[in-house]
Amino acid sequence: MHLHVDNVSKRFGDGRHSKLVLDAINFTVNTGEFVALVGSSGSGKSTVMRLVAGLDRPTSGQILVDGVRVQGPGSDRGMVFQKYSLYPWLTAADNVAFGMELQGRSRREIRERTAYFLEVVGLADAGRRMPRELSGGMQQRVAIARALAAEPQVLLLDEPFGALDIQIRESMQEFLHQLWQRTGLTALLITHDLEEALLLSSRVHILAPQPGRIVRSVMVELEPSPMAQLRVSRPFLELREELAQCLRSLEPSPVA
Amino acid sequence: MGRSWLRHPWVLGSAGVAVVVVLWGAIAATGAVDRLFLPSPAAVWAAGQQQAQAGLLWKDLTASVGRVFGGFALSAVVALPLGMAMGTSTVICRLLEPLMGLIRYMPAPAFIPLLIIYFGLGELPKVLLIFIGTLFFNTLMIMDAVKFVPKELVETAFTLGGRQPQVLTRVIAPCITPQVIDAYRINMASAWNLVIVAELVAASEGLGKRISLAQRFLRTDEIFLGLIVIGLIGLLIDLGFRFLLRRSCSWAN
Repeated sequence: MHLHVDNVSKRFGDGRHSKLVLDAINFTVNTGEFVALVGSSGSGKSTVMRLVAGLDRPTSGQILVDGVRVQGPGSDRGMVFQKYSLYPWLTAADNVAFGMELQGRSRREIRERTAYFLEVVGLADAGRRMPRELSGGMQQRVAIARALAAEPQVLLLDEPFGALDIQIRESMQEFLHQLWQRTGLTALLITHDLEEALLLSSRVHILAPQPGRIVRSVMVELEPSPMAQLRVSRPFLELREELAQCLRSLEPSPVA
Repeated sequence: MGRSWLRHPWVLGSAGVAVVVVLWGAIAATGAVDRLFLPSPAAVWAAGQQQAQAGLLWKDLTASVGRVFGGFALSAVVALPLGMAMGTSTVICRLLEPLMGLIRYMPAPAFIPLLIIYFGLGELPKVLLIFIGTLFFNTLMIMDAVKFVPKELVETAFTLGGRQPQVLTRVIAPCITPQVIDAYRINMASAWNLVIVAELVAASEGLGKRISLAQRFLRTDEIFLGLIVIGLIGLLIDLGFRFLLRRSCSWAN
């Protein structure tokens, strides 16, 4: 699988009041890669995600999946939203099964895959519970299981842990990293959290705001080690500080 | 706590009703108000028994309930697809919303003369009055419910490979079910108002008709009876909808 965001710009509104939110974005995601886009609010990062998902159309440029132009949403690009995306009237298991049912898979396959993916996200025993009975972190894990069960070629994660408490967020980062190592999934992550991006990704693009554009791209080549150690290791902290300075320099200077 | 029985939702409500009935009985018993204006609870009960024995109560009841259910069922069935279409399609919404906004403000009882001219004095004009009087409220409330379906739920379905009809039946329909049931519950009250109005104007039987006949003969006991029966049936229907809501949409509580 090869996802290619090719010179994509997006303008909202028309005429004099229009606003350029994305300016000539270019990047690629290949099978097995975990790519992150990092930017502050106003950098248009969520817009990039919506364009890749096919929920919006670019004003110019194109998005290609294996050379085929994206015309709309499809199950090859599974999306995990920040919050509120589980169907509250369905159990956790039925939520996981939902995409497969839309795709018209066989009952047996749905049952087996649902059990498998609940297991993968560590919620094998929570299948019968309703979303409101689950914690925020568990809900996001169900959302990830649901997206994975529909067999996407690339998983789109739009600030998936943005609404969670810091401790839960760290354990979810750990979980996602292990999931990536274990299943070899391909993912595009949107986040404002530089640490999160560096911990999880093999490549990080920094987005500058107004209009959103990629100003820096780095390969993350850190020695594989447990995440807790990685967080405080010198190379990690140095890279983080360097990119944090880059991000700070992009912010309009505060008025004294 | 010793007063935990007080917390049962029905206890205080029943107490409120009981207080009013007792007060009513007490005032009637003192004779301070002419019996012609304020019949005693016993007199109303007697009137009820008398009408029940004569078969009138049952006949009136089925006539009124039949009209309400006929008209309202028609309205509910038409409002559901119409409201969903208006909620999902900007074009249909822009086309119909001003029209509905306009008709909605025309008092439904004002349509009675027209309906009588068109359809005579039979059942059809009464059923149609209820249909007209509730259709627009039902439709607009369903439209609003659709508009408040979280965007993420719809978009998630699309990114899972869902298509438009599936999104309608598998996401929007279940999502709005609680609000639809609630809209029906609320608008059912107007249906009751309208059936009584229609029967006051022209009918040979029905609870509203019975009330207007009772007025002609100064039978206030029968008027009280009619009002109480109408109230009780309304309450029963309301409870029915609440029960349905709790049973079918436990996730929404």
